[in-house]
Amino acid sequence: MEIVMAFVIGIMVAGSVYLLLSRNLLRVLFGVILLSNAVNLVILTVGGLTLGLPPLIGPEAKVLEAPYSNPLPQALILTAIVIGFGLLSFALVLVYRGYQELGTLDSDRMRVAEPCDPAEMPAPVGEPAKTREAA
Amino acid sequence: MSAWLVVSPILVPLATAALCALAWGRVPLQRIISLAGSVTLFVCGALLLAHVGANGITAAQMSDWPAPFGITLVADHLAAVMVLIAAVMAVAVAIYAFGDIAPERERFGFHPVFQTLMVGVCGSFITGDLFNLYVWFEVMLISSFMLLALGGTREQIDGAIKYAALNLIATASFLMAVALLYGLTGTLNMADLALRLREVEQTGVVTTVAVLFIIAFGMKAAVFPLFFWLPASYHTPAIPVQAIFAGLLTKVGVYALLRTFTLIFVGDTAWTHGLMLWIAGLTMLAGVLGSLAVTDLRRAFSWQVVAHIGYMIMGLALYTPLAIAGAVFYLVHDIVVKTNLFLGAGLARRLTGHDDLRSMGGLFKATPLLAVVMFVPLASLAGFPPLSGFWSKLVLLQASLEKEAYVIAAVSLIVGLLTMWLVGRIWAELFWKAHPVADPQGTAAIAPGTRFALVAPLVLLSAMTVAIGLFAEPVMQVAAAAATELMDPAPYIEAVLGKGEPPPTAVVGLEPAEVRP
Repeated sequence: MEIVMAFVIGIMVAGSVYLLLSRNLLRVLFGVILLSNAVNLVILTVGGLTLGLPPLIGPEAKVLEAPYSNPLPQALILTAIVIGFGLLSFALVLVYRGYQELGTLDSDRMRVAEPCDPAEMPAPVGEPAKTREAA
Repeated sequence: MSAWLVVSPILVPLATAALCALAWGRVPLQRIISLAGSVTLFVCGALLLAHVGANGITAAQMSDWPAPFGITLVADHLAAVMVLIAAVMAVAVAIYAFGDIAPERERFGFHPVFQTLMVGVCGSFITGDLFNLYVWFEVMLISSFMLLALGGTREQIDGAIKYAALNLIATASFLMAVALLYGLTGTLNMADLALRLREVEQTGVVTTVAVLFIIAFGMKAAVFPLFFWLPASYHTPAIPVQAIFAGLLTKVGVYALLRTFTLIFVGDTAWTHGLMLWIAGLTMLAGVLGSLAVTDLRRAFSWQVVAHIGYMIMGLALYTPLAIAGAVFYLVHDIVVKTNLFLGAGLARRLTGHDDLRSMGGLFKATPLLAVVMFVPLASLAGFPPLSGFWSKLVLLQASLEKEAYVIAAVSLIVGLLTMWLVGRIWAELFWKAHPVADPQGTAAIAPGTRFALVAPLVLLSAMTVAIGLFAEPVMQVAAAAATELMDPAPYIEAVLGKGEPPPTAVVGLEPAEVRP
């Protein structure tokens, strides 16, 4: 089971790194989302994987009796999901606002804060809105 | 009682933020609440430092859950000093915000978000739990996103996108590192981790996780080669936001490195701390060269933030009591100076009407007194004696010579020299040179109330820099006490986990029972 999870996490991280290396900010954002989900799976895996053993205290018992699955990683993941949801939704709005204000999603062409010589400005590549229009 | 004192650096700004949010439509009231909250935080920080000085390391168990199970908050000398100095910056910035922040930025919640940022910063300083540190980092991160984008100019959105993208990746790698560490040890309490990591046999895995932490905290601290988000974003938001970011945010990353790499990851110092020595030298060089390459005053100071992070990492990397004391001294000095510089740059823009050094000038003639006040942080940045920058650099240099690390000593001296060049250039361009268009107005042209709000924080922080320089010995004693605690983690572990044998492994074991139906 751990081996399968390791492969799943590895593939997810590889995919997210591929997306993060893109110049299109929306892909970068999807890369971050994929990465944070991969990290959540890491937490689940290192906490120990068990099947069908909820960490519930029985009707008569006072304390949790073994065997049970580790509840702490679940608490950690829940926290991480909530925090990640807030951050990522903010980032999504920020990227959309950036597209409205700056007129591009190409990170190489966002040079307002750090201006460069217009001659050195890279040519527009992969403008999603325009390619859709062309199609 | 002492538990309340330890929690107060989180509770006070949290309550202030809540009160500010309740007074949503009434901006003048928000300003007063924000200032009052910052002053209260300062009092709490001072009391906490006095308490730690008298009683040693103080730990508080939240909800009375014993140490490795619940969340522990710990105040030692380092944490208390950081809370105190952060509170001083909050006071300075809250006063400055009376005079210089656009009304629409205030209406959209500058004050509550600013106080929430302080919650995250102070929480990071006093937490004793690694996952809790992650949560405080996130509180800090989401507030900094909001402060950075508040106002929504094109420049800000551009900077905020880069800041957000890189910090989200740093957050993910931090969480990954925390998860792997939990997998190795079954605990997230820092003191418990310090004990359990010694028993872990796979030292290679521990070192790998340590390097993941260097990447995560290094990205927050803006070290080479992970600093590119900082010069891209720090000069874009409102002046008070720039000042508090430059003063505190990167230093929280440095604090986290100082904490984890003296308490938890001390198994293979030759590799981890050796790596950090390289990072330190390259950070200094990259930062100072970047600051010399730009003509925008705020961007030059942003690059200087990067450069001086290198000195603190150098102190940590040398890993001797003197070097750690130097790093702590440098933290205190640098927080004051960087906040002061950004506030000063804001005032200079107001008076000369520009951010670019080529289009500024004539300030010495217009306001000689302000020039003197601003000379203090500039000179301290370059390390002129007897200001705070000189003593902190001297201690680090002495430590590096004792450790016979001559290369880093040479690099730190060269970077100091290049910083002096930058300071000379800023002095000549901003103060001595005549203004290219028209003579700038003096501070007398600003309305009296606003003038006081703008100048008072500069005077306060410059006076602090002079005071730290003239009375360096008491500051050095506190830094040395912090370094002693960091170099010998036994009292810290005892304060958190109690005396005697380490507690049994958490009930939730690392290896759950393998039961197959």
